[in-house]
Amino acid sequence: MLAYLIRRLLISIPLLLGILVLSFVMLKLAPGEPGVIQQDLQARATGAQRETLRQLYGLDKPIYVQFGRWLWRVVRLDFGRSYSPDGRAALDKIAERIPITLGLNVLELLIIFSVAVPLGILSATRQYSAFDKSMTLFVFVGFATPDFWLALLLMILFGVQLGWLPMSGLRSLNFEYLDFWAQVWDVLSHLILPVLVASFGGLAYLSRLMRGSLLEVVRQDYIRTARAKGLPEGDVIYKHAVRNAVIPVVTLLGMMLPGLLGGSVFIETVFAIPGMGQLFVQSAFSRDEPVLMALIVIGASLSLLGNILADISYGLVDPRIRVSGREAR
Amino acid sequence: MTGLPAPCRRSPRTLSLLLVLLALVPLAACSRSETAAEPVAGEGGPAYGDTLVEASIGDISGLIPNITSDSASHEIGNLIYANLVRTDKELRLEGELAERWEISRDELTITFHLRKGVKWHDGVEVTAADVDFTYRYMIDPKTPTAYAESFRQIRRAEVVDRYTYRVTYEKPYAPGLLSWGIWILPRHILEAPWKAGVDLRTTPQNRYPIGSGPYRFREWKTGEKVVLEANPDYFEGRPYIKRVVYRIIPDQSTIFLELKARNIDMAGLSPIQYRRQTDYPAFRKAFHRYRYLANAYAYLGFNLLDPRFQDKRVRQAMAYAINKREIIEGVLLGLGRPAVGPYKPGTWWYKENVKTYPFDPERAKALLAEAGWKDKNSDGILVRDGQPFSFTIRTNQGNLVRQQTAEIIQRRLRAVGIDVKIHVVEWAAFINTFIRKKNFEAIILGWGLGMDPDQYDIWHSSKTAPDELNHISYKNPKVDALLEAGRRTFDEAKRKAIYGELQDVMAEEQPVVFLYVPDALPVVSARVWGVEPAPAGISYNFTKWYVPANLQRYTR
Amino acid sequence: MARPALRRSVFWRQFRKNQLAVCGGAVVLVMTLAALFASALAPYDPGAYDVTQILMPPGLAHWLGTDQIGRDVLSRMLYGARISMAVGFVSVGIAVGVGTLIGTVAAYYGGRVDEVLMRFVDLMLNFPRLFLLLTLIALLRPSIWVIMAVIGLTGWMGLARLVRGEILSLKEREFVLSARALGARDPRIMFHHILPNALVPVLVSATLGVAGAILAESGLSFLGLGVQPPTPSWGNILIEGKANIEIAWWLSVFPGLAILVTVLAYNLLGEGLRDALDPRLRQ
Repeated sequence: MLAYLIRRLLISIPLLLGILVLSFVMLKLAPGEPGVIQQDLQARATGAQRETLRQLYGLDKPIYVQFGRWLWRVVRLDFGRSYSPDGRAALDKIAERIPITLGLNVLELLIIFSVAVPLGILSATRQYSAFDKSMTLFVFVGFATPDFWLALLLMILFGVQLGWLPMSGLRSLNFEYLDFWAQVWDVLSHLILPVLVASFGGLAYLSRLMRGSLLEVVRQDYIRTARAKGLPEGDVIYKHAVRNAVIPVVTLLGMMLPGLLGGSVFIETVFAIPGMGQLFVQSAFSRDEPVLMALIVIGASLSLLGNILADISYGLVDPRIRVSGREAR
Repeated sequence: MTGLPAPCRRSPRTLSLLLVLLALVPLAACSRSETAAEPVAGEGGPAYGDTLVEASIGDISGLIPNITSDSASHEIGNLIYANLVRTDKELRLEGELAERWEISRDELTITFHLRKGVKWHDGVEVTAADVDFTYRYMIDPKTPTAYAESFRQIRRAEVVDRYTYRVTYEKPYAPGLLSWGIWILPRHILEAPWKAGVDLRTTPQNRYPIGSGPYRFREWKTGEKVVLEANPDYFEGRPYIKRVVYRIIPDQSTIFLELKARNIDMAGLSPIQYRRQTDYPAFRKAFHRYRYLANAYAYLGFNLLDPRFQDKRVRQAMAYAINKREIIEGVLLGLGRPAVGPYKPGTWWYKENVKTYPFDPERAKALLAEAGWKDKNSDGILVRDGQPFSFTIRTNQGNLVRQQTAEIIQRRLRAVGIDVKIHVVEWAAFINTFIRKKNFEAIILGWGLGMDPDQYDIWHSSKTAPDELNHISYKNPKVDALLEAGRRTFDEAKRKAIYGELQDVMAEEQPVVFLYVPDALPVVSARVWGVEPAPAGISYNFTKWYVPANLQRYTR
Repeated sequence: MARPALRRSVFWRQFRKNQLAVCGGAVVLVMTLAALFASALAPYDPGAYDVTQILMPPGLAHWLGTDQIGRDVLSRMLYGARISMAVGFVSVGIAVGVGTLIGTVAAYYGGRVDEVLMRFVDLMLNFPRLFLLLTLIALLRPSIWVIMAVIGLTGWMGLARLVRGEILSLKEREFVLSARALGARDPRIMFHHILPNALVPVLVSATLGVAGAILAESGLSFLGLGVQPPTPSWGNILIEGKANIEIAWWLSVFPGLAILVTVLAYNLLGEGLRDALDPRLRQ
């Protein structure tokens, strides 16, 4: 097991490096003057002024030197200062938002898992029934639904028409004036719509996976053996089959993180939640390169982490790996 | 309250605070209220307490208003800080920190007598030394303020005694008294860092200000809210409303929904919200709506450093190409009037018959052709020297009317061969990334107007630094001369003639295309009593608003 | 060779049995036609505004209502279909091109080349797609070509793996060996024999890819980083939907519905194609 772990982590290092290289390449792709110079000059700056600025930012050096410098700073988590009016360190701006986005994503993963698994099981055990067919439809519709649209629809329904749920932010204005239970409900009610919308697609996907996995497992020999032994069907399904079927599903949860991170862009924009996604859009608009670079590096790294976790959890549950540290081929 | 020109993000309620009055003549006002019967004091009577929640589309930029130029910062600054003078409901000058003042016979010297016993929020007394410090700070070339010009006209300023301050101007300066509606800053807090060369924006005062106004600062959560609390020692009496909260909500729709949900007590309505969405009994019961011609106008501005816009014919062509009537009828739903110059109709210096630009696309095309723009390859876009005529109009987020206006202008200009893109930017980014760095081609923005015709700070060619207000870099010697002459005499007839000529020149030159003067459409929760529409709008007596005890909502 | 012909008729029979897939195909066809003939079908000029009809609900004059300067929503949506189709096809075209190239090269040369290329694919897959899209568009400028290129260049990875897999499995099949035995040279083998057979699963993947591209484009446009107004796109009409959410539900409902239906159709079509091609399901 440990050997597997170590090997997995070692593979990640070049990936991490690759993430940094690719990010830097993207940064250099931007045509025209690097944003840092644009920001500092007024419309009529002379060539000499630009040159001075270029030297100041080290932009006159060859590209591998620039990369080296950037890499050295990034490794120490220094992504530079944001171009936006407040000029704060890019990392600070992101750091205060990571908990919000990640928190939401984890919540979404929990919801996805806890809803998709039963749904998948039900679909599989009632294969071809009306329930299964409508679940299949649900899944397809779930894949096809743009989450920003679903968000708008639910906002109109629950926020505008019915007025049951708040439509933006994470807390009400008068949060401080509420008593404890009202505060709890306040936070919850603000979370319901965003988390629901964000989970929708993943839920569809995972329930499908669960269904498929269970159907696959049920066809296996050992299940037939269990049935032949005379075990009650309930035990067969729920004790043995499900346990094995859930394994690949659980391991895939980590892989869903990149998708959820991406989805947070829309959710946070529509629901005005101050997370990483919202910052991403704002920075994309204002071409705030330091923050953009930091976001993409951090985002990709978090994805990588998700994949690593998925692999580790797979390693934990697959007895072959746990024992021998080797993946079965 | 002061009335410094400030780019307004068009939250109508804020406009009513941007008034400063010329001491001379009361204005012919334009204000109507749509309240049901005037609230009768009775049930309850003035009571202390409750919280008023307002919405703001953009965050403030700082809590030292002297070095900001956006209306949100000014509005909050007006509550935290006091000024020497301010305007009353009839738009006349009255004293705030200054109890009275005398103007010398030669009209060059003003002597202010301050009230005694007025305290800063930390207990220190307000004295003439504070006024003097404010003056010296404003004229310091390193101070990033847009409003220094008035103070530079002062030849000599002296602290006569603890409560008396005297200023002498170089030459007669008409807007002088008005300019002392500037916010007075605490010397005992700011003088030391200022002398040490520290940028005051980095001092605690910019985030935790000590003022001498009716409200004390409580909290500023960036991007979220600003909270103020009534100053119990305010020399005019403790304000009734205990707490004021500004919620920053960058989206007009959300503001409106929160308003309907009663989570906000005061906001400005957009024309469509006013006409179509608030005209039902339940809303009328919960809110009082007001409507009056705002002290502001909206315009399409050009970056005059861009050679394409330097040709007057091009600007005039765009004025002909745009149909202002349809903007006012359609977008404003009739709640506004066309703007033909930088002044509000109804003021004594407003000139009636300046050159106007009725909608005439053919004329526009002819002018553009004269200026060298031709459609070479029949794709509908004009070209000159190989460059197609294409530019980006930027405007701020959170203002549906401006966006609709931009889209209409885009279409109208396309019809005469100009390709326009629209870029909507969040307010702070708009000001800091684009306006201050003159990093724009065209903008749709508004000006909140003061109550003196002097607009030196906006149009004079010397006012083009990043912190100053001549964003478009307008340089016209004739206009410069008129601006200078207009402030040098107190004679109203003479000033009227000078500013009349200024309006003629502007109409001809079209440094910007003047679009419309909107109606201000504030709504206030019906539980608030004491709101009395007047020429100055509704917020001039904010400290006298109250919520009767039985109607108070926020009781903690 | 007899094989391809046999495949085709079996394929169609199988496909027709799948009602949902046929429906999907029909909808795709309708959408494509609507996009192509938008100028004939649209009752109004999509850019023509009418300030007396601002934010009108659906009615006789405007079947899907009007937007915030009085433009007809139906007409704008028809032209928006053009954008969706165009972006869908072109970006998938780019993705197919790049993915096929990389997959083919990796499979054909194997060894180090294969390993490096597949690691690169892993690397690209590590980035959340939307993050990549946003960053690239922020750094370049949002024009429709950039959008198409960027969507294509972030969506080829699955295809590369697919093509590689197909080629690897086909490399050792009889008809290749026999072609080699007959003296055909490697590139010829690649293009004439292997690729055509690998292309069918690519088609499936491409169909599903169009769905993803349409979602990506509308998402970007919704954020304001995609197709810029006044050019209508289903995504950027939703911007007005959000801005006027309390007063104009039709601006939110209809464009999103169009996206949903179109993406669903492409998905059903793609899945149907996949099922028709999958020998295991033919029981």
